[in-house]
Amino acid sequence: MSNKTKHWEKTRGLLFVTLAIWFVFSIGIFFFGTEMEASSFRPFGYPLSYYMTCQGSLLAFVILNFWFAGRQEKIDEEFGFTEREDS
Amino acid sequence: MIKGKFIDNLPKVYGIYTGGFIGFIILMAIAEQMGMSAKAIGISFVVFTIAIYAIIGWLSRTLQMDAYYVAGRQVPTVFNGMATAADWMSGASFVAMAGGIYFKGYGYMALLVGWTGGYILVSTLLAPYLRKFGCYTVPDFVGTRYGGNAARLSAVLVLTVASFTYVTAQINATGTIASVALDIPFKIAVYVGLASILLCSMLGGMRAVTWTQVAQYIVLIIAYLLPVFWISSKMGAGFFPHLMLGDEVARIAELESQFGFVKNSAADLATVPKGLAGITKAHSSVNGTSWGFISLAICMMAGTASLPHVMMRYFTTPSVKSARRSVAWSLLFIFILYSTAPMLATLSKLSLIDPTLSTGIIGKSIAEVQAIDWYQNWNQANLMFVSDFNGNGTLELNEFFMGGKAVVLATPEIAGLPYVISGLVAAGGMAAAMSTADGLVLAIANALSHDLYYKIIDPKAEAAKRLIVARVLLVIIGFAGATIAAMGIQGILGSVIWAFDFAMSGLFFPLVLGVWWKRANGPGAVAGMLLGLASGTWYLIWVRTGGAGFLGITQLTFGIVGASVSLVSMVVVSLLTKAPDAATQDMIDELRIPSGKTILGKQH
Repeated sequence: MSNKTKHWEKTRGLLFVTLAIWFVFSIGIFFFGTEMEASSFRPFGYPLSYYMTCQGSLLAFVILNFWFAGRQEKIDEEFGFTEREDS
Repeated sequence: MIKGKFIDNLPKVYGIYTGGFIGFIILMAIAEQMGMSAKAIGISFVVFTIAIYAIIGWLSRTLQMDAYYVAGRQVPTVFNGMATAADWMSGASFVAMAGGIYFKGYGYMALLVGWTGGYILVSTLLAPYLRKFGCYTVPDFVGTRYGGNAARLSAVLVLTVASFTYVTAQINATGTIASVALDIPFKIAVYVGLASILLCSMLGGMRAVTWTQVAQYIVLIIAYLLPVFWISSKMGAGFFPHLMLGDEVARIAELESQFGFVKNSAADLATVPKGLAGITKAHSSVNGTSWGFISLAICMMAGTASLPHVMMRYFTTPSVKSARRSVAWSLLFIFILYSTAPMLATLSKLSLIDPTLSTGIIGKSIAEVQAIDWYQNWNQANLMFVSDFNGNGTLELNEFFMGGKAVVLATPEIAGLPYVISGLVAAGGMAAAMSTADGLVLAIANALSHDLYYKIIDPKAEAAKRLIVARVLLVIIGFAGATIAAMGIQGILGSVIWAFDFAMSGLFFPLVLGVWWKRANGPGAVAGMLLGLASGTWYLIWVRTGGAGFLGITQLTFGIVGASVSLVSMVVVSLLTKAPDAATQDMIDELRIPSGKTILGKQH
């Protein structure tokens, strides 16, 4: 298997992991809106459903995006596909 | 003074700028104490900020092709993040979103999830690869990847439909704010807004838009956060509203059950001025179906990843790596405002409806409310209305109506903040709407000048001529947008949501599969774009003209229909026709790794 193919396989793996986490926070949990609202876990005193939609999920996306960028850079480095600084 | 290249001095330049802007706010505050009129303060804020953007636009003028189209590809990661955030957060985010949340509560907060979650799709599926491609515009990618003018032209068509729907909403928003702040009629204010937008973009293209957008982000974020933190402290709700409004949210729920949501009769509602609404839905509790929430979020996420004016921003970074990092920074800068919007809606609602607060108006007598200064101002601006439907002399929850824009624009005044804050908010709203309109007008004009004029009509055109065509188109599109905005067909938030659905219908799958599916070919992409756009548009018209719709898909989520048709037709047609040739396959392999030369040359 060529270097490029291996690189792409790992990249695709990272994509699936990232999209799985994204799915949970953007779609998955909102199937359970009423259950979240009834939950006794209330971050900062907000109902959980309300908290997730106005802050929780948003924050998860921010962290996920930085994490993803870091992981992808590692993958590029591993296979020697990092850009030269001057290019 | 500043030595060396402009790019190396960015933190210093924008540091001085931010300091200067804060100095200006303080100066205005002092002037207000000394008796400067509210009107003069409003005008000063709007004129001062627009003058700064115009100066930046002038300083960034250029005659170079890659500076005009992609800002010379040298915008540093964090600054590109700021510019993208300003590009992204439109008049809808700034002026209308808190209002939407105020009226519709939990159900509308799907927009917050959608408009941030979409950035995961942008960074994982598209932005770094399109940066590696080295294109000037989004149709440039489609045209080269799929080959042929049909694909390029279809992409230009989808881009124009989506962006144009969006831009009329932004020009509408600049007009609204300019007419309130400068006290001129809306129909004239729209053209004042347009003139300021063109000042920023015409001479310097993407380079000018980039540096004005950074400046606009700084203005809009200060203008959005300052009043919210201030009101929160003033009400005793806590100095850091995001983490401290739990009790206030609970109090609203308590008041809601105490007042109840009384339904007004159609005859009563007919007397309410057009565009105003009352509170009819629960604030924090789940007030709709899961599917309603999720389908809206899906449309906004897929739309985010397909809107060309956002994607275009990531063409301006120096490398693929910085494009990817830049997406993360953009999202952080966006998060700062989006997480504040529901807090503003909460504070605004509570200060109006809680009878135990001095600002509360529900439960007061109608005559008393009608005598309040701010009520009279905003009633005159056609953004507030009360009426004694049940004839008992006191104001009930269902008898108070407000325009969506008033939540952001009027709350500082209602909460008793000095007028300087209202002036600041007007400048912020103007910055938000202008920055997005700039990006959109440029996206359309660039697609038409680069992809339609240069690539299809006259491939031999010289650089100077191409840049003139680009600028002429910019002006024409701006005027067309302003003319339609002046007619005021659809509200700000509504047209913005439509734009996302259009973009998603036609472009989402052709773009994503272009990178992730080697077998995708030209005929498939053309079918995907055209059938997606056509079916989405058909569904919208059908539902708007009284059609029942299916699967709970509404006029706000018609992108689900369009994108599904687009995916199916693209896959089917691709598989029925020839696989892309070896050269295209190699190009895709090359596209998938960050290192090496861009696919398209520096000048193309």
